[in-house]
Amino acid sequence: MSISGPTYLPAGLPIPVAEPDGLSAPYWEGLRRNRLLVQRCRHCQTWQFGPEWICHHCHAFDPDWTEIEPRGQIFSWERAWHASHAALRQHGPYIAVLVELPQTGHIRMVGNLLGDPMQEVRIGASVAGAFEHHDNAHPTFSLLQWSLQR
Amino acid sequence: MPRPGSERTLRGRVAVIGIGETEYYRHGASPDPEFKLALKAILAACADAGIDPREIDGFSSYSDDRSEASRLATALGTRQLRTATMQWGGGGGGCCAAVANAAASIVSGLADCVVVFRSLAQGQYGRFGQTDGISTISGEKAYLMPYGVLAPPQRFAMRVQRYMHEHGVRQEAMRAIALASYHHAQANPRAVMHGKPLDPDKYDASRWIVEPFHLYDCCMENDGAAAIVLVPEERARDLRQKPAYLLGAAVGSGYRAGAIPHNSPLYASANFETVAQDLYRMARVGPADIGVVQAYENFTGGVVMALAEHGFFEPAEANDFLTVENLTAPSGPLPLNTSGGNLAECYMHGFELVLEAVRQVRGTSTSQAKRSDIALVIGGPMVTPASNLLLGSEATL
Repeated sequence: MSISGPTYLPAGLPIPVAEPDGLSAPYWEGLRRNRLLVQRCRHCQTWQFGPEWICHHCHAFDPDWTEIEPRGQIFSWERAWHASHAALRQHGPYIAVLVELPQTGHIRMVGNLLGDPMQEVRIGASVAGAFEHHDNAHPTFSLLQWSLQR
Repeated sequence: MPRPGSERTLRGRVAVIGIGETEYYRHGASPDPEFKLALKAILAACADAGIDPREIDGFSSYSDDRSEASRLATALGTRQLRTATMQWGGGGGGCCAAVANAAASIVSGLADCVVVFRSLAQGQYGRFGQTDGISTISGEKAYLMPYGVLAPPQRFAMRVQRYMHEHGVRQEAMRAIALASYHHAQANPRAVMHGKPLDPDKYDASRWIVEPFHLYDCCMENDGAAAIVLVPEERARDLRQKPAYLLGAAVGSGYRAGAIPHNSPLYASANFETVAQDLYRMARVGPADIGVVQAYENFTGGVVMALAEHGFFEPAEANDFLTVENLTAPSGPLPLNTSGGNLAECYMHGFELVLEAVRQVRGTSTSQAKRSDIALVIGGPMVTPASNLLLGSEATL
């Protein structure tokens, strides 16, 4: 699913780009195309996120990038009130979640929890990912956000 | 069997013989440039030790301190530079590692008189709590900053939230840590929060920075510098201060603790599971032997984890153990952050904690613990590499 309408947080926050060596480029390019790609070793099937040039389990180089379903459970969360960036000065509270993806090696991802920023958040709740495109940014980029599954 | 004297340890081999710090300022309030602050702290430590600063033959620091060793040696006119050590990564997690590295330089024969220090003027070089002026970002922060997980409070809150969830830790446990630090700061004229007491109502009414951290769960941001002088133990006995001997130190983290973003297998942790065991093994003491603790508070929740991982209580007992009565000098069973620490003395990036542990062993703290022969310092929690150290009086050797 991709999000239409305004982005969860206002424009002006740091824009994610791949490292000069390109390690995470497939991940960020995948998000642009509504695809969630993470590493999986083709030799030992170990899942790995964030990316690295080597499989931490069997030491095979260049783990494959594999598309996965963006579904998981809230592993932890926070509601941020203090603006640590000028872009957030007028914004008010927002929620960040750490989502665990049990079906893919329990890897975890950080995103925002869509919806009411004052909602009660329950650790263990099921969430689904939604692609948030920042097409007017320079450079353009996309994020993966999360919403509660009913 | 190892040959006599060949045991690989720092235990009892070096001692802190001088401590010094600048005045501690709110961020932006230092009248002196950062490098000048470093020089002032180092000269103060040498004066305390009663040694000529020209004798210094090594420098050790952490968190990429900008006051570089060769510039310091040149500025001070030291006769010779023999070691220049920077702890690699971990920010304030390196405050004890810097001491360990200096001690290792001395024990190995590389150097004889090493200064360990931290100088930090956040008003001059940018605050840790603000993240403006970054247009694009790569690596770990790319997975966090676009979601508003920007500065340290947001980067550590989810770890603490998970720990509270797993072990039933309540807000009151974190509050007790803040209250103990502020209580001790009221007796300490060096403390930036001296004369500004904290009570439970004021804590509860303070704004959220990021749930579960109230304002008073978060360290300050400050300007200043602090330094210690380390020498071999055989020299320490001839100097004027009561030596504080290094009983042990340890550095590092467990399996894949550096997995980004927030993918460390043992997530709800301060990263001391392995480091605490290493420390106790080298020092040949356990938690019951320790009378006073200085534990780095980037955030109070990290202190809860760090104390549990050092064996002072089980995580499930945190609510019962962490009370103001238990954590305050002189008579609490475990006086904590007796100078006020990062919350209320000065955020000298944890190095003020090392100086305070020396004062406890000397018996000169403004909040002296009843049992202070063995003093623990725990460096920045929830980072990697983490570090810790134990100091002791001559009687503990």
